[in-house]
Formats: sequence, C-alpha cells, structure tokens
Amino acid sequence: MKLRERQWIIGGIFLLISVIYLGRLIQMQVFAHEWKAYASRLTEETETLEPARGLIRDRHGKVVVNNKAGYDIWFTPRKCSAAGGLDTLALAELIEMTPDGLTRAFRRAENYATYRPSRIQKQLTAESYARISGEMWRFPGVEVRRRSLRTNPSGLASHLVGEFREVDQNDLASNQGYRLGDYKGKSGLELQWESTLRGRRGTRHHIVDIRNDFREPAQAGMLDTLPVPGDDIQLTLDLELQAYGENIMANKRGAIVAIEPATGEVLAMVSAPSYGTDLLTGRDRGANYDSLINHPNKPLFNRTLRATYRPGSIFKMIQGLIAMDRGVLRPSSRIVCDRNIIGCHGPHRFDNLEEAIVHSCNPYFHEVMKRMIQDGSTGSIFSDAHHNLATWSESVRTFGLGTDLGGHFPALRSGSVPDTTNYDQMYGRKRWAYSTIYSISIGEGELLTTPMHMANLAATLANRGHYITPHAVRGSKGIERMESGVDDRHFDAVIRAMSTVVTANDGTGRRAATPGVEVCGKTGTVQNPNGNHSVFIAFAPADNPQIALSVYVENAGAGGDWAAPIASLMIEKYLNQDVTQSAKEQRILEATYPFPELPL
Amino acid sequence: MLIGLFNVASATAGASTVEWFDFSGKLGKQFIWVGASLVLAFLLLVIEGEFFIRTSVIHYAVNVLLLLAVLAVGKRIGGAKSWFSFGGIGIQPSEFAKTGTSLMLAWMLSRNQDRFNQWGSLIKAVAIVSLPAALVLLQPDAGTVLVFTGLILVFYREGLSGNVLIAVLCALLVTIATILSGASTVHYPGAGEATGAWILWGILLSIGGFLWATVPQWTVPRRRKRNRRAVLFSFAAALVLSVGLQFGLEEVLRPYQKDRIHVLFGIDVGNPDADYNIRHAKAAISSGGLTGKGYLKGPMTAYGFVPEQETDFIFCTIGEEWGLMGTSATLLLFTLLLLRILALAERQRSDFTRIYAYAVASILFMHFAINVGMVLGLAPVIGIPLPFISAGGSSLVGFTLLIFVLLRLDAERFTILH
Repeated sequence: MKLRERQWIIGGIFLLISVIYLGRLIQMQVFAHEWKAYASRLTEETETLEPARGLIRDRHGKVVVNNKAGYDIWFTPRKCSAAGGLDTLALAELIEMTPDGLTRAFRRAENYATYRPSRIQKQLTAESYARISGEMWRFPGVEVRRRSLRTNPSGLASHLVGEFREVDQNDLASNQGYRLGDYKGKSGLELQWESTLRGRRGTRHHIVDIRNDFREPAQAGMLDTLPVPGDDIQLTLDLELQAYGENIMANKRGAIVAIEPATGEVLAMVSAPSYGTDLLTGRDRGANYDSLINHPNKPLFNRTLRATYRPGSIFKMIQGLIAMDRGVLRPSSRIVCDRNIIGCHGPHRFDNLEEAIVHSCNPYFHEVMKRMIQDGSTGSIFSDAHHNLATWSESVRTFGLGTDLGGHFPALRSGSVPDTTNYDQMYGRKRWAYSTIYSISIGEGELLTTPMHMANLAATLANRGHYITPHAVRGSKGIERMESGVDDRHFDAVIRAMSTVVTANDGTGRRAATPGVEVCGKTGTVQNPNGNHSVFIAFAPADNPQIALSVYVENAGAGGDWAAPIASLMIEKYLNQDVTQSAKEQRILEATYPFPELPL
Repeated sequence: MLIGLFNVASATAGASTVEWFDFSGKLGKQFIWVGASLVLAFLLLVIEGEFFIRTSVIHYAVNVLLLLAVLAVGKRIGGAKSWFSFGGIGIQPSEFAKTGTSLMLAWMLSRNQDRFNQWGSLIKAVAIVSLPAALVLLQPDAGTVLVFTGLILVFYREGLSGNVLIAVLCALLVTIATILSGASTVHYPGAGEATGAWILWGILLSIGGFLWATVPQWTVPRRRKRNRRAVLFSFAAALVLSVGLQFGLEEVLRPYQKDRIHVLFGIDVGNPDADYNIRHAKAAISSGGLTGKGYLKGPMTAYGFVPEQETDFIFCTIGEEWGLMGTSATLLLFTLLLLRILALAERQRSDFTRIYAYAVASILFMHFAINVGMVLGLAPVIGIPLPFISAGGSSLVGFTLLIFVLLRLDAERFTILH
C-alpha cells in the first residue's frame, strides 16, 4: 500500500468514531428514557399548597372549630455555617427550647441534610411569633414557616370534635396521600369527616438548582393546581345549650344528651368532666395528654357514647309498652305490690300501670314481664323462657337499646340487651327460667345502655313510637325513621305517667318541674356500690316535644335529686333561652363531687 | 474555518448566564478571548509561512522551557500545576505546546526521508513528542498526554508500520478485557472464589499456545521460526500487560482510584458519588431529547447539576438545549473539519505542511473523541476541552494558533515546486 493511501484509513478512523458517537447520541437522546426520568427527578421539585381545612359550625352557624396559624422553626445548616454561625443560647431562649434540646436538633438537622431545611421546633403561637420575627435576622439559616392548626376557642364539645394532630405510621401506610409531618383528624368528628374537611392539595412544580432552591416554574406552570379548601360541616348542636350543659355539669361526673325528637338532631352532648380541645393541639400536647389520661375522673372518657349503665327504673316504661302491645297488659291492669317477691318502696298497694310507673313499683313490672316470658304456652318454665325471651329482646331492641342507633357515632357502644343465646351461654341450654333472670324486668341485671341510648329512648317516647336515627352533623347520610313497633295509642298511659312523675307533689321527678313548660320525665336510680347514679330522662313540652334528653350524674344518689333538676334547667334554657329558676341553678352549680348530703 | 468561529459563539452561549457584557464573568472573559483569537488569527495570516517552518525549533524550545517553568512557578488549579497566573488571567502553556510539538515534528520528519526505515528517525520522532508529553504528565494532566499519543496517526501516515497501530489497538483491548474481567468474581470449582482475570489469562495462554503449536500448518517452513517468535513475543507481552495491570489495580492503586477506573468502564462500584459527574452529564444530554429544551432553558446545565459545564462538559449544554439536532450538527461539523484538514494535507507539495496538517488533525481528533466520548460514557472521564467550544482562553488561543498556522501554510502551497 502506498503511504498516500493511508489517508483513507485515517479518515476512516475519524468517520468510524463519529458514527459510533452519533449512534450513541440517538440512543441516549431519543430512546433512553431512564436518563430522562433521572434528569427530571433531579431538576423538578413539587411544592405542596395546603388547602384550608373546613370549619365546624353549630346549628345556628356559629363557629365551633376554627383554623389558626402555628409557627414552626426550620433550620438549614449550610446557610448558617456560610454566615458564620449563630448565638445558640439566645436562639434557644427565643424559640422556647432548652440549649441542650437545640443542640440536639441542630445535630439531627445536620445529619439529615446540610442544604435542606429541617424542622427544629413546632407550633409556636402567634404571640411567640410576634416576639421572634423581629429577631430573626440575628440567626442565619433559621426561618419561620406557617402551618395551619385547629382551634376550638370555646373549648366546648371537645369529645365530639375530637383531635387534629400529626399523622402516625398507620396513616402514612394507609395510602390516603398523607405525608410525614401532615396533620389530620385523629378522633371524633375530625376523623369521621376527615375527607370532607380536608380539601384537596394544590401543587406547584418548580425547576430547582443543584442547591434545591426554587428557580422558575416548570413547564410555565401548566401542571400547577390550586388547592381546594375543605368543606365546612354544620353540627346539629346548639352551642349555647352545649355551653350551659357543660357549665352546670362542672365538678361532676356524668353526661347529658339532648335530642330534637322530630329530627333526631343532637342538641347537646355533655360529658363531664370535659377538657379544652386546644389542650391537645398545641405544643404541650404530650404533658396535657398525660395529665388528662391519668386524671381519676377520666376527662378523656366520652361518657355520652362510651359509658354503659344499667337503665334502672326507666326501663319499666319499655316493659309496660311491650306488654300492652302484646295484649298481656292494659293501662287499667292492677297488680298487687307483693314485696315478698321483690323489694319496693313507697306507700302503694295495688297500682294500675300509670301509678306503677309513677311509684316505680318493682313487683308490678316483675309480674308484667312474667306474663310475657313465662306464659305457660309450652308447659315448661324453661322452654317458655327459652322461646319468649328471644322475641322480647327483639322488641326491646326496636327502641334502639343494644343497637348502634344507625351508626352516626362510630364511638357509640351499643350496650347490651340479653337474649336467649346469652343466657344459654351463661347457664346452659334450658337451664334457666324467668325466675333466673327476673332482675332485668326492672332494668337491672344484664341490661346496659349509654346516655345516648337513653336520650334516644326519651325521643322515642316523645314521638310516641318512633325515633329518627340520632346524628350530630347536618347532611349526614343514612338518617332513617325507626319504628318501635308499639302502637302509638299505648303511649298515652305512659306519657301521662311521665307527666305525673314531674307534676305530682310526691312525684320522684318533681324537681324537673319547669315554669311555663309541661315536662314529661322518669327518674332512674342505678345501683352502684360507690353510690347510686342519678339518672333522669325527659321530653318537653308534652304536647309538642322540642327536646328530649337524658341526664346522668354518677354516684350522686337518687334520680330525682340531681339529674331531674339538671334536666329542668336544660329544658328551660333550650325552650326559653333563659333560666329563671335561679335557686335550682345555684344548687346545681355549687354541687361538687363528692356530693353533699341532701337536705330532706 | 468561519464555521469554527461560529462554534465559539455557540460555546460562550452555552456557558452563559444572561449577563452578556459583564467582562468580569466567565462569559465576558470568553468574549475577550474570542477577540484576542481573532486578532491573533489575522496576525498569523499576514506572517509569511516560511517563518513558521524556520522557527519550528525555536518554537518547540520555547514551549519546552515554558512547560519546565510552569512546573517550577505554576499555579495549582484542580490538582494540576499547569497554569501561569497573570493577575486575573490564567495561561496554560500545555495548550500552546501542541502547536510547538506539531511544528517540530513536521520539521524533523520532512527532513528525514527514510520513512521510519531506520530506528534512528523513529526514536528521534518519539523523543520529540515524549519530551513535552512527559513534562505535561508531571503536572499531571493525563488528558493532554493522551492527546499527544494521538500523534501516532502522523507516524503511521509517514511510514510507521501498520502493525504498530494494530499492536496499540490490541493492547487497548487487552487492557479493557483485564479491567472488566478483573472486576468480576468467579467461583472456580475446587479453588474457591477469585478474580475473573484468571479466565482471561487462561484464554490468552491457550490461544497463544495453540497458535504457537500450529505455526507449521499455516506458514511456509522458511518463516516458521520467525512466526513462532512473533507469536511467542506478542502473547507474552499481552500476558505481562494484563497481569501487571491487574496487580497494579489491586495492589498499587488506592480503592478510590480503582473505583474511578471502574466507573470509566461502566462497572457498578456501589459508591453513588464515584460516577456523579458522568451520571449527571448523561442525564443532561438525554433530557434534551430530539429537539432540546431551547436556548438557555436547560435546567440541568443552567442550575449547576452538570459539573465543569462551560469547559469539559460543554457538550452537555448543547445536548440539553439543542437536543439531537444540536449534538449531531456539532458532530457533523467536527467530522467535516477533520476530513477537510486531511484533504488539505493531501494536496500539499510541501512535506512539512502535510505532516503538520496531519498533526493538527490528530490533535483535534483526540480532543473531540475524548471529550465527546467522555460525556457519552464511551471514553474515560478525562478533563480536556472541546476545541473552539469550551470556555477557556488558553485552549481557544492554542487552537487558533494550531489552525491558522496551517491555513497560512496552506495558502503558500503553490510556492513549493516539485
């Protein structure tokens, strides 16, 4: 080969390299998507725009739960070291931390990333922020970021509202779009209505530089979305009635539940003792939670839904109604008060139904239930009980007892209405008869109900036989009319008796008498070794019931002594917007736990 | 040649922020250097070509002295002592040494007409290249040394045996094979786990042995001895190279240096920082797609994700902002430039000019091949500029010198008679 021809070989080498590079470029720029994805991961950052959470309002539109700003302190180590450090002691004092805590926070931030901000302090108040903001220039690398928190300024209905706080591991794993550091409803309505209140996040896409600083909108903002604020929810609660209820229940343990009978709307839900919702949202949540959870009176325990009590004498009205409906009892039926069978109290001998309810006659209702359970239809007292208790339980449940009342309160305990299966398990199949279980005839024994169930019972009586599933939020889904199955004519005698309970001079519920309002009520005294619970259910006005309620005061004594006057005050407050019975009010407000002996 | 200058404009653009006329910034400096280069180009075109031929030796000597001086008083930037610093301006003598060496090589080879038939002229030529290369290696600047090795193409054109070229290629193949197999771990039956290089050595030994044994079958008896010797020698050399390389990698180099070499060959080193540069460079080029993101609109390059993006990694800027259109156009321009220089070389009557032109082509080719190959992940990450496009005064002036001397010589091609 002549040397001159070697130019073709050299030129060929040049060309070969160019062709190889061109092929590689085509492959990289047109076909290799993993590198493109890697590039956008590096250069694009999505900023989240948090939506405003929906407010919670009462039935008249008054704000119960609002949003407020909390101020978090963030720290970027690189910016600080670049500016020559800062005065740690002064900063610690300013942002309400101990110097040691701040040093630890700095170290954590540095271990996380030197050029990305880390949160070193949470939820400073607006007042603290006002104090800090003027001083921030002294602390390079430290910045304040606003975050939206919840506040319940009145501190009312805390149990119902529930908690709003930082997500935990379960929430993050739940695949509902929560991210570390997000806040969400954790209990009560905040949790139940989370999807309504939460709203939808907006996003803003940024091109970032190598320091992760935002430089310009990505794709000219075409992909950005605005946040959609959460919807408000409106409670059925009357905030004033709620406030009044919480006030008169101060220093007591117990519960009040008030329902509008015609709609099933809950007007007040008081669980005493209560606590301010805000105690559990601020920075001191940990300490506050500890003191609340360890308090002997259990303020975190929502007694309206979670506390189960025996219904006591109040249950006798259900017995009477079911018996009448089955035709084994008439309002005029008189039964001897045979105190050899079961104890009784008061000077009565031979009552009809109305009188038996007023006097709360135990032997009367022992006999009434015996007629239903031990009817002699099978010739064996065991078989009788076995067959009849099942249908009896079914009838009791139609009054809502032992059910979830339509499920509007996930925290509600359904309580217990024993049936054949329960007793079979306890004593063995057909090893029990009416004589074994008769204590349930007067509302003791295995029966358990919550204050919500009893308020619902008051509403059922007020409606003469049906209730609307109770609920606390307007527009809840699944609000239904539930029938008790007892014919409404049977209610006359019972309601007359309830009226007499309040109006008669010797009525057990005479302290529920309210000026200008005809109140129907029934006392209950629930046996308890630490002092009986004082219970009262009522509705008013008798001819056109606007409010039905149950009142529980734990370990306070007879139903008429404490629960009845509280019910009276609540009724007057709701119907007249004003309380005129100042002596009664005074007595209740002054009563503290343990309760003083009653003047006879 | 104006095409080259167009690239300069595009180059400064790539390195740019929006402050076009801030002369203290990198872009402003680049403008000054472009101006200086244009003035230099003009001056070179008015100087008579014979001047360059006659001053070749002086030129070379001055460059060698400068390289020596820079080792003594140079400024250390990025680990290499390769800069003279005058106020705010840095000068890199190695960029000018390329021209000096090319001139000297052309001068020497055009005087010896023996076409490397004698060992003496080969040794002289190698020495001319090796002296500045060795001085640059001391800085150390591996990229420029690699560029000097490209001058082997000149030797080849001027008569060096093609076997040498093939030998170099084979050595390269053995090196790559050694590094790739050496990085793998193989379970040998009965001997436990060890490096995969043993397999390579086994293959080399068996092929060599087979060829040696079968020499009588494929050659005439007269040349049997000679061929056996050749086979023995070449395979022994390959084995020595391979074993030595493996030993050097495992025993002499520190782990991070080994990692760096492994990264060059696409071996996963498990250290995310080791291939940071090349990963970001690839991502930037790839993200440009077919048409690019538009001028000054590439976030990878504009916001500091690609290191050294105005100098060694400038091809990423073209890739991200102009896409495949831009990169293939650049590729095409360089290829045309190289082939044009070859055509230029072959039309010369003067040996000096032809040899010089080949040297220019080789140097440009090495720069282009290594720089672009690096960001494409096809060549080792070695920092050398892309001619006429990378920012940097010395390299721009150096390449201007290289090219315009050639243009001036070419303009005088008819003054030489056969």
